[in-house]
Amino acid sequence: MKGRIQVYKRDHINTDEIIPARYLNCNDEKKLAKHIMEGLEAIKGDFIIAGWNFGCGSSREHAIWALRGAGVRGVIAKSFSRIFYRNAINNGFLVLNCPEIDDNLKTGEEIEINLKKGYFTIKGKRYHFSPFPPFLKKILDKGGLLNTL
Amino acid sequence: MKRTITEKLLRGKAGQLVEREIDLIVCHEVTTPPAIKMLKKKGIKKVWNPEKIVVCPDHFVPSKDIETAQLVKELEDWVRKQKIKKYFRLGEHGICHALVPEKGLIKAGMIVVGADSHTCTYGALSCFATGIGSTEAAYVLAKGKLWFQVPETIRFNIKGHLRKEVTAKDIILAILKKIGVDGAHYKAMEFGGEVIEKMEEEGKLTICNMVVEAGAKNGVIENKEWFSDRDCHYQKIYNFNFSHLEPMVAYPYLPSNGVPISKAEKDNIKLDQVFIGSCTNGRYSDLKIAAEILKGRKVKCRTIIIPATTEIYKKCLRERLIEIFINADCVVSTPSCGPCLGGHLGVLARGERCLSTSNRNFVGRMGHPQSEVYLASPLIAAASAVAGKISMKIL
Repeated sequence: MKGRIQVYKRDHINTDEIIPARYLNCNDEKKLAKHIMEGLEAIKGDFIIAGWNFGCGSSREHAIWALRGAGVRGVIAKSFSRIFYRNAINNGFLVLNCPEIDDNLKTGEEIEINLKKGYFTIKGKRYHFSPFPPFLKKILDKGGLLNTL
Repeated sequence: MKRTITEKLLRGKAGQLVEREIDLIVCHEVTTPPAIKMLKKKGIKKVWNPEKIVVCPDHFVPSKDIETAQLVKELEDWVRKQKIKKYFRLGEHGICHALVPEKGLIKAGMIVVGADSHTCTYGALSCFATGIGSTEAAYVLAKGKLWFQVPETIRFNIKGHLRKEVTAKDIILAILKKIGVDGAHYKAMEFGGEVIEKMEEEGKLTICNMVVEAGAKNGVIENKEWFSDRDCHYQKIYNFNFSHLEPMVAYPYLPSNGVPISKAEKDNIKLDQVFIGSCTNGRYSDLKIAAEILKGRKVKCRTIIIPATTEIYKKCLRERLIEIFINADCVVSTPSCGPCLGGHLGVLARGERCLSTSNRNFVGRMGHPQSEVYLASPLIAAASAVAGKISMKIL
């Protein structure tokens, strides 16, 4: 998996920032994507890089749908809020925990992700992420929780 | 084996993955219609048990636009088709986290989920309660089960003789300040000690309501039947003596940015709006405190007061609180989450500043990304509305 990164050098990017509640009157990915990260820098990359506690706040799954609608293929953060993380897995949306991520990465840099081997590379530096527990991996592999029904 | 109350409720040891039957799922009009759509797509025609589903439209009621009206309609059609009896339509409505306990639907020992992050509120009544997303809601509606990892517990012992202006809201804001917005990441937050033991149920609900603001999975308070064993394992124990605690104000843009009121008063923060309401502080005791302060006074900035449920609204009418509010130049709305999440009924313009009794003050939470939200108790909110700035000096 290859792409460009979009760096948000912040902790606690919350669901109110990802998609404000006033737009939750619909659940269409493309429509939601129009309002993604309204108060922040516009998304230019395929993979978001962020600090601690990404996705904290509300349980709105619209945050995942808006990200996907905006063409984001995954988020790599130092940590994720609990509900956001579960929502992502349940949608088969890629979320990688990587506390060691370099604070000096820049938007536009290239990333290559090797999911099987559990690492990704940016600017020649290899970062390892914690592998998914088998239980979560099963949900991800099936493309989301409802496919396990 | 010695266990915490959360381990007992989930019948497992901290760290263990368990699948548990759900005793109650709480649904509203924002996150449940997508779940209904998912079920339809999967060809699942029947919910697992209509008796265990409670549906309360609350976020944008009465519907603020065509799209939300559509969401409520989808929800209503589904409720009818599925023969769900615990449906609280407009007229008997309320914010789910105030309404569901008020209707006696929460019992100690239950496992409750809700497609809303503040579902953690119910833990005040000695149950396990946590927020989930729409997909998980669909899964629960179909199967009646969900997986959990049994969390480790952080115990908070709260002692001291509280100052008379200090309320449950100040306690949870002080705790958030101490541990931060991810200070209880994935953990259970268990509250006890003499202050909690003496506290009325409404205060306990306020405290557990905001545990998600520390990243917690659930908040919980013991009762006589459901309690943590003596010598059980806590991941951490905090002992607070809050005798000297002042009322707290959380500055933008995190609920953990609390400062004591005396500091906020020095900062001379002028207000455009005060909001008293929400699932955190829209209960009768909250409105009563506000009315005691507003009685015979006038507010200096626009002030919106929203009782959390229809029953609370009626009680406010009977006890003549509504009259006090209106005479003080406040506006009172029918129950709704309203301005708390910037949806309707008091959205902020660019550069505006609001003191709110709700639970989040993130960027853009109540309106324009360049507006500011300060969080405080109903007592501080009412006193500040009269002052037109953050202050309790009129008391």
